Amino acid sequence: MVKYVIKRLLLAAFILLIVSIFLYFLVRMMPLDAITKKYLETHTGDKELNEAELQEILARYNLADSSFGGIVNGWWQWIKNFFSGDMGTSFEQNRPVGDIIKENMGISFSISLISLILEVVIAIPLGIKCACNQYGKLDYAATVLTMIGISFPTFFFGNLIIKFFAVDLGWFPANNINSNLLTTATDWERFVDTLWHMVLPLFVLTVLSIGSLMRYTRTNTLEVLNADYIRTARAKGLSEGKVVYKHVFRNTMIPLVTVLASTLPGLFGGAMITETVFGIPGIGKVAYDLMYNGDIPFIMAYNMFIAVLTVIGILLADIMYAVVDPRVKIGK
Amino acid sequence: MEEEKISTPEVEEAVQSGSGAALVTKEDELHGENLSDRVKTLSPGRTVLKRFFRSKLSIVGLVILLTLFLISFFGPLFSPWGETDPDRRAVELGVPEIITKEIVYVVDGVEYTAYDVVLEWPKDGVLARGNISADHWLGTDKWGFDIFTRLMLGGRISLTIGFVVIILETLIGVVLGGIAGYFGGKVDNVIMRIVDVIMCIPQLPIMLILSSMFVYMGIVDISKLYYMMGILTLLGWAGTARLVRGQILSLREQEFMLAAKCSGLSVKRKIFKHLLPNVLPQLIVTMTLGLGSVILMEATLGFLNIGAPLGTATWGTMISEAQDFNVLQNFPNFWIPPGICITLAILAFNFVGDGLRDAFDPKMKR
Repeated sequence: MVKYVIKRLLLAAFILLIVSIFLYFLVRMMPLDAITKKYLETHTGDKELNEAELQEILARYNLADSSFGGIVNGWWQWIKNFFSGDMGTSFEQNRPVGDIIKENMGISFSISLISLILEVVIAIPLGIKCACNQYGKLDYAATVLTMIGISFPTFFFGNLIIKFFAVDLGWFPANNINSNLLTTATDWERFVDTLWHMVLPLFVLTVLSIGSLMRYTRTNTLEVLNADYIRTARAKGLSEGKVVYKHVFRNTMIPLVTVLASTLPGLFGGAMITETVFGIPGIGKVAYDLMYNGDIPFIMAYNMFIAVLTVIGILLADIMYAVVDPRVKIGK
Repeated sequence: MEEEKISTPEVEEAVQSGSGAALVTKEDELHGENLSDRVKTLSPGRTVLKRFFRSKLSIVGLVILLTLFLISFFGPLFSPWGETDPDRRAVELGVPEIITKEIVYVVDGVEYTAYDVVLEWPKDGVLARGNISADHWLGTDKWGFDIFTRLMLGGRISLTIGFVVIILETLIGVVLGGIAGYFGGKVDNVIMRIVDVIMCIPQLPIMLILSSMFVYMGIVDISKLYYMMGILTLLGWAGTARLVRGQILSLREQEFMLAAKCSGLSVKRKIFKHLLPNVLPQLIVTMTLGLGSVILMEATLGFLNIGAPLGTATWGTMISEAQDFNVLQNFPNFWIPPGICITLAILAFNFVGDGLRDAFDPKMKR
């Protein structure tokens, strides 16, 4: 087991290295990074950056030399800094990238976590219920509704919800995470206000993601229900409740663990589109803005962050599989 | 896949009770009748079709898809409007443009907002933001283009992109996944590491970066769409390759492959005649479900303004109009129809994909 994990970690490190090379070359091929853009914009103004100064700044970030050797060198410097814990300074926000990610991650993480909890609490029981009454009315209704949920594009559903619940009915605020409260507002009032703002985004995120988990649970439960040990359990004379909640439920959870492990990148990386639609200042929205502007240190750091999370998610899924299912033996 | 016999109830009963011999009496045999004449045997393909059409949801999906296709590809032929030709009859029709200006002024530190509403005859007579009428079934957009026509043309692009990308993805995925699974060893290792790397690359950020690159390089016309398709393909084949490899790894160990080997078949024949047909059912299901996700991806790119070039109608770019709060609030006819189209298309592909999966699965006999 330990040997297997070490082997996998080494492999993961290798994959991440390749991903970083790929990303760095891609980013360097971007025609306009944030600094050059700023330079071109301010070139006519009073605070004129002259060509030499621009080159000096670019050189400081190893961006001046655009030949193949220069890019390789730039990548080498970047990876050295990355390992010493320095992810660079954002061109746009003029702050360390690590700080930007840390600061904006909180809000994204809490939204994603709440939505994930809601999703699990609704989807898993629903999936099991549907499987137990296969081709029943509930099953059909749930299948069609969750299918519609899966098919909704996030931005369309988000806008639709904003239009009806925020604009037409005026029940919920349409964007941001808090309104301009008076300075005398208590912490409790602020909390309630934020919660109020979270209702629509949470609703959208949950509705859109419930479908796949529910269908997955349903398929798995159906498979488990056909297993021999369930027939044995029934033959022993156990009550249906005990069969479903003890024997079926536990075995259904096995593949679900792997699904949950793979939600890791989304949990920390933010929901770019939902955040953009609802104007939530989470990491997803920040990432969208900064990436659009060619903020090289941020692009590198953020994408590597996501890649690391993905790798960990896959690794975690594989290990968890062996942990929860004693039949699975790890290590080949 | 084993053959399934569809037959009349009494025959089925007889077969189940093990009295098959009684079905064909000696007399019948004398007349040259065999059991196989009475019991209709369906080929695997026919069985799948039959099972597929037994599910109501699959039929609903198929009907939606056919309708969307027919309207998108043939509808524009009957429309008097083009993709970018504005209706210039505002003056003739007597529809002035309503221009609302927001004026914010501050008195004693308190902000007031006033609205200045002006009716203006557009200079070039463009009927912008026209109402729904007999001429314009869904009104006109802010440039005076007919929304319904653009919806149909957008459907053409979105559906075409979906099919092109999925077909290319599957081709690359099958070839590379097949090679990896069949030959194993070093080749397998290299291909699977590439797959791992691609799986780790976040798609949306990459598209964002590439899109800004295209704009800078001056690729803003329709060719940008082709590049986008290429990139979507390059980022998307990894999943297919992984699936095909896994399937082939398990199929390779089965007895029929040993038999194929013993018969001295060539590698090409073994792969294309014996392995791939067994992967095909899974592949078709993934392709169908994948079509939905490619259309969704294209729409998302359009929504973020990084997909189709400016002026080209796709469902995604049409929805992106809703980012303007005025449009979101007052002109639902701009963005709700394309949204419904995308949702319907994805839903239909999901229904059909699901139906196919059940139809292909021999364990799913009902």
